[in-house]
Amino acid sequence: MARRHRIVIVGASLAGLTTAEALRAEGYDGEILLLGDEGNLPYGRPPLSKQVLLGDWDPEQAIFKSRQDLDDLRIQFRDLQPATGLDIGGRAVHTATEALDFDELVIATGTRSRSSWVEAGVQTLRTLDDAVSIRRAMRGPQRVAVLGAGILGSEIAAAGRTLGASVALIGRSSTITFGAVGGALSARLEELHEKHDVQLYLGRAVHGIAATADEFRVTFAGGGDHTADVVVAAIGGVPNVEWLEDSGLVLDDGVVCDARGAAAPGVYAVGDVAAWSDPVTGVARRVEHQSNAIEQAMAVAGTIVHDRTSPAPVPFFWSEIHGARIKAYGRFPAQHPLIVSDDSIADRPVLLSSDGDGRITGVVAWDAPPPAFRAARHLVDKAKEMQ
Amino acid sequence: MHITVKTDACVGAGQCALVAGAVFDQDDDGIVVVLDPDPDVSEASAVLRAAALCPARAITVHE
Repeated sequence: MARRHRIVIVGASLAGLTTAEALRAEGYDGEILLLGDEGNLPYGRPPLSKQVLLGDWDPEQAIFKSRQDLDDLRIQFRDLQPATGLDIGGRAVHTATEALDFDELVIATGTRSRSSWVEAGVQTLRTLDDAVSIRRAMRGPQRVAVLGAGILGSEIAAAGRTLGASVALIGRSSTITFGAVGGALSARLEELHEKHDVQLYLGRAVHGIAATADEFRVTFAGGGDHTADVVVAAIGGVPNVEWLEDSGLVLDDGVVCDARGAAAPGVYAVGDVAAWSDPVTGVARRVEHQSNAIEQAMAVAGTIVHDRTSPAPVPFFWSEIHGARIKAYGRFPAQHPLIVSDDSIADRPVLLSSDGDGRITGVVAWDAPPPAFRAARHLVDKAKEMQ
Repeated sequence: MHITVKTDACVGAGQCALVAGAVFDQDDDGIVVVLDPDPDVSEASAVLRAAALCPARAITVHE
């Protein structure tokens, strides 16, 4: 008897899990194999640097689905089964122990933390186990140094202060970057960190990190140093594509895809690892946001089941730093300054990115009231419709 | 259908209030407020979309 139609999804984090769920929601009735490699049920990463790091949640609260939930959706979850290779012509994914045939494949292998100093004992935050380990290390009157002045570094620094540590935030760039918004929020973020006694070292490239028996000495390229008990590096992610190197897929800082997420016929990529082509510019680029992973997963499920083309996702991301809720929606080209919206509340503003012709391409809510953010999002959607 | 939400996971993105405004609203901090935990079947597709799009996965829809 011929086997049933089968979709294999490699990677069991948000993008992979959402693809599986969306396939069922679209009415797909064949087999779904979901391969994981972390030794955990699928869980969410945003709470790791927030609720889990602060200890407000037990680690288990970040888990999305129980085994039973997955069984109910007829998702065959195979944990600790990293893919080791892909044979596109033979329609098979290889693991260390077997070859899994597929009719369609979804690649959702994500990224891993970049760090040059892991051997020296520097920690990184990507997995649930990382969050638990950093939380344990930061507790008490510790001196914590965070490398990387971006969103994740800022969140870790803020969590460290809440846990009672003294914290230094060290960035190579002279500004604090906020994801795709870039450096335009740096002055506000610097003020926020300083108000909460985070020591800032901006524009300081790290030359080296020396570990002694009980502390770390971080030395800077331009001279000077900083001593800490715990060092956490938050300096970006590297796409997990090594297993695809001999597959024939185009790899260029991620899996290069068309505007519908296809990397080859019947082979798709979603989430942090996927570089989808912009439908207008054609430029393929990875987008490391939770909401992007969700929308790409739903779009690919629609393509596989109904050959439907979904509109390109509008980027949305958020953070909470020292209690300030910061949300960004849309696009923020570097040449657009961020302008405070006229009807903003002074300490809780809405900031607009405008293209010079008065079209709003992106909005930031800096702790702004929800109705103000919703109204501002409409401005972005309206400007997009008029394109 | 019956709706439950994890307010301690909610990040106040407001996707739910945008997609299914008859069922979800936000409080002053942006946290989700369920206006109708047992909505009419006519709201089903909007509610499922809101749950799927929630970046914090804070919305659960029970059959």
